[in-house]
Amino acid sequence: MKLYTRRKIRNAFWLVASVLATGFGLFWLIWLLWTLLANGLPWIRLSLFTEITPPPGSEGGLANAIVGSLWMTGVGMLIGTPLGILAGTFLSEFGRASRSLSGRATALWAVFGLLVSLSGYLFDSGWLYVPGIALILVAGAMYLLGDALIASIVRFVNDILLSAPSIVIGVFIYSVVVLQTGHFSGWAGALALALIVIPVVLRTTEDMLRLVPDSMREAAIALGAPQWKVVVLVIYRAARAGILTGILLAVARISGETAPLLFTALNNQFWSSHLGEPLANLPVVIFQFAMSPYAGWQHLAWAGALLITGSVLLLNIIARVLQRGRVQSY
Amino acid sequence: MTSDTTHSDVVRSGGEPTAAASKFYPLPGNQSPAELPAKISVRDLNFYYGRNHVLHDISLEIPERKVTAFIGPSGCGKSTLLRCINRVFELYPGQKATGEINIDGANILSRSIDLNSLRAKVGMVFQKPTPFPMSISENIAFGVRMHEKLCRSEMSDRVEWALRKAALWDEVKDKLEYSGTALSGGQQQRLCIARGIAIKPQVLLLDEPASALDPISTLKIEELINELKTDYTIVIVTHNMQQAARISDFTAFLYLGKLIEYDDTNIIFTKPRFKDTEDYITGRYG
Amino acid sequence: MDGSPASASRLKLPSDWQDRLFRGVTRLFAILVLATVIAIFVSLCVEAWPAITKFGPGFLTNTSWNPVTEKFGAAAPIFGTLVTSIIALIIAVPVSFGIAVFITELAPRWLKRPVGTAIELLAAIPSIIYGMWGLFVFAPIFADTAQPWISDHFADWPVIGRLVDGPPMGIGMFTAGLILAIMILPFITAVMRDVFEVVPPVLKESAYGLGATTWEVVRGVVLPYTKVGVVGGVMLGLGRALGETMAVTFVVGNAHRISASLFMPGNTISSTLANEFTEAVGKLYTASLIELGLVLFFITFIVLALAKLLLIRLTAREGAQH
Repeated sequence: MKLYTRRKIRNAFWLVASVLATGFGLFWLIWLLWTLLANGLPWIRLSLFTEITPPPGSEGGLANAIVGSLWMTGVGMLIGTPLGILAGTFLSEFGRASRSLSGRATALWAVFGLLVSLSGYLFDSGWLYVPGIALILVAGAMYLLGDALIASIVRFVNDILLSAPSIVIGVFIYSVVVLQTGHFSGWAGALALALIVIPVVLRTTEDMLRLVPDSMREAAIALGAPQWKVVVLVIYRAARAGILTGILLAVARISGETAPLLFTALNNQFWSSHLGEPLANLPVVIFQFAMSPYAGWQHLAWAGALLITGSVLLLNIIARVLQRGRVQSY
Repeated sequence: MTSDTTHSDVVRSGGEPTAAASKFYPLPGNQSPAELPAKISVRDLNFYYGRNHVLHDISLEIPERKVTAFIGPSGCGKSTLLRCINRVFELYPGQKATGEINIDGANILSRSIDLNSLRAKVGMVFQKPTPFPMSISENIAFGVRMHEKLCRSEMSDRVEWALRKAALWDEVKDKLEYSGTALSGGQQQRLCIARGIAIKPQVLLLDEPASALDPISTLKIEELINELKTDYTIVIVTHNMQQAARISDFTAFLYLGKLIEYDDTNIIFTKPRFKDTEDYITGRYG
Repeated sequence: MDGSPASASRLKLPSDWQDRLFRGVTRLFAILVLATVIAIFVSLCVEAWPAITKFGPGFLTNTSWNPVTEKFGAAAPIFGTLVTSIIALIIAVPVSFGIAVFITELAPRWLKRPVGTAIELLAAIPSIIYGMWGLFVFAPIFADTAQPWISDHFADWPVIGRLVDGPPMGIGMFTAGLILAIMILPFITAVMRDVFEVVPPVLKESAYGLGATTWEVVRGVVLPYTKVGVVGGVMLGLGRALGETMAVTFVVGNAHRISASLFMPGNTISSTLANEFTEAVGKLYTASLIELGLVLFFITFIVLALAKLLLIRLTAREGAQH
């Protein structure tokens, strides 16, 4: 009986600990959200969206930063999403075949790589050698390896990109774009964001396409549809809720990213929707204003923080609802 | 590469290739599949999953506008054989067929065959219903669009025609714009049959089309097969022997990747020549 | 396919070239991802080259960071990165484990999803928000309440006394580690939850059938069955913590020094980059910063590779058992 009581007590102890751990996790979430509301809500007003960031000590809003963020997020998504979806399609749909590249295709790729390197030489942009040489190497590797191996390498490398610190991506874009063009720009920021989008979209696309049962592919193939139509018209459609979820999560992820923008887009105190020059953006403005000693700036920072968090949480919740829809349809 | 269908050893079981031809003479009152004009003739078909040799020297002739059933214990290769006839196995790397399958005299295993037009000619319905995630009418139009350019009204005529053929029209005519995935299992399977018929194939391959359905839906599908055979050459794989006996004209029994016996369904189920066949028919294998 | 005599005369058909084009385009983009990662590595190496040649392997162990004399060493940021991440793991792992057990074994059905979602939302909050909250809300409260209490009670203890030494500033390595812990908690919880859910119910049921308590089932069945996956999840969390930038930049204190006390300001690789990169003048300064980035990339790469290896082993074993 004594042993039995001891076991029951030990069980109760650990279960209480588990409940406490859950409470611990939720406690921070509530505290964070409450802080945001308390500090940000009083400063949410119309001028936030109509006026540009003020010099210290005067009134203003965040309009230029909001617009800049929307631009860079939009362009980053436009670059990253199709790339991620198509690459994910390759991993899921073609990555099972151990088909090697034909000799002619290898040569074609190698020539293309050579051209890229050559254009690096002609336009005096040394960094173009990197993709050029990479292309040649990869073409050679594909000739020797075949699609299945390429797919597993890309899968692994994509996970590296997925977990690469975003500040390292910022440093990379700084050295290949900012240093080469000679100035900070919205394009550089958008590219850095695209590099964060790609692995997220690629991963979810592959996972979601794999969830589509093979019988669906067989059925479409058996109707005489060419494979690309099977993928585009049937498989994408079957997986669209899941892919959309991935895209939304990617938007959510990059709209709060600060580190990769610090030395790519930099910041701009004035109106600009021109991607060719430094571009104001919410995260960096929040960072600078929050760290500043001016009360007005700090208020704007809190209001901006509330805006970003609100939209990110909203995107996450929409994504979750969508995902629930997907689970039901199978 | 083209084949004339007059060679004598119509059926050869892998085990005893030479004796086979002489053994298969028709019994009185029954037809041998060889006496009818062949739609599909399979010759020396071997199939491999990677290094796994799963079909051994299959040869048989499938007559036109009849129902031919493939039966056998699971893993015997009956589905694999069916999947060779429209080369759907090529979706997967590492699967390989050698030998010949002639449809109307053309070897469809040849590389020069256009797979998409082959599949337009040879429709297939799978074990589990596979409605595409689109509306009922889109499901049917999907396949048709791959092969024909139809105007709107022609397309809706075709949709109706196919649904009527599949005995589904009356149940869905008011909800053609609903998702195909919202139908019941039996309806989904008939939708898949309609989808297969809509492209007007000549051959219809059915891979255990009723195994996932309830008895009433099964009955409907069987009635449907009976009607369809006036227009189509039908090949059906089934693990249900009563079903094979009910609906098929000819039956092929496969065992361990070999064709053991192929004859008129009546003969297979009443007077099989081989002990393996008899054991299977009488339920002595699982 | 093969073995047919007609294979010699291949016909080019319209659908065939469309398929080839589609496959080719998707392959191109897949390879672009590969090329990008190679390019990141190569370009970091190239840009860091002046520092690599100047300081050699001593860069990793040198503690001085002096832009004026152009003497740069990465020891302090590396130390800070590792210490804050370890603090984060020490806090986050048991808490995540508790939450995962709660969600998979204890919570009533109606509570599972809301709690799971709430914890996952912690991962959605942008890191700069954690930073602001940490600096302006958490640090002052921590400095006013917990820190003096800890100093009063533990200052004389042999080892712990050293660790909690220093003025109550609120910010520092410990605060950074704690905030990192909250940030990586949802990631570790998610992995643990997923691997706990793949434990075959029949295993748990047979343990319960023998009269085991919930804790005994978790301890004796669930944990041994999933330990590889759990460690993999912990590694993924560690990878996150190592690379996290903004939250740490706000609260770590940004001082290039190695101190024994966790309450003293420190520095991490990512916060050094965030603070100094745009202000860096001179080739060597920038190159040293980029070399820091390279070191960070390398550390996260190794952690990720280990995590993947462990998770792959788990899946392989799972495959063997089914």
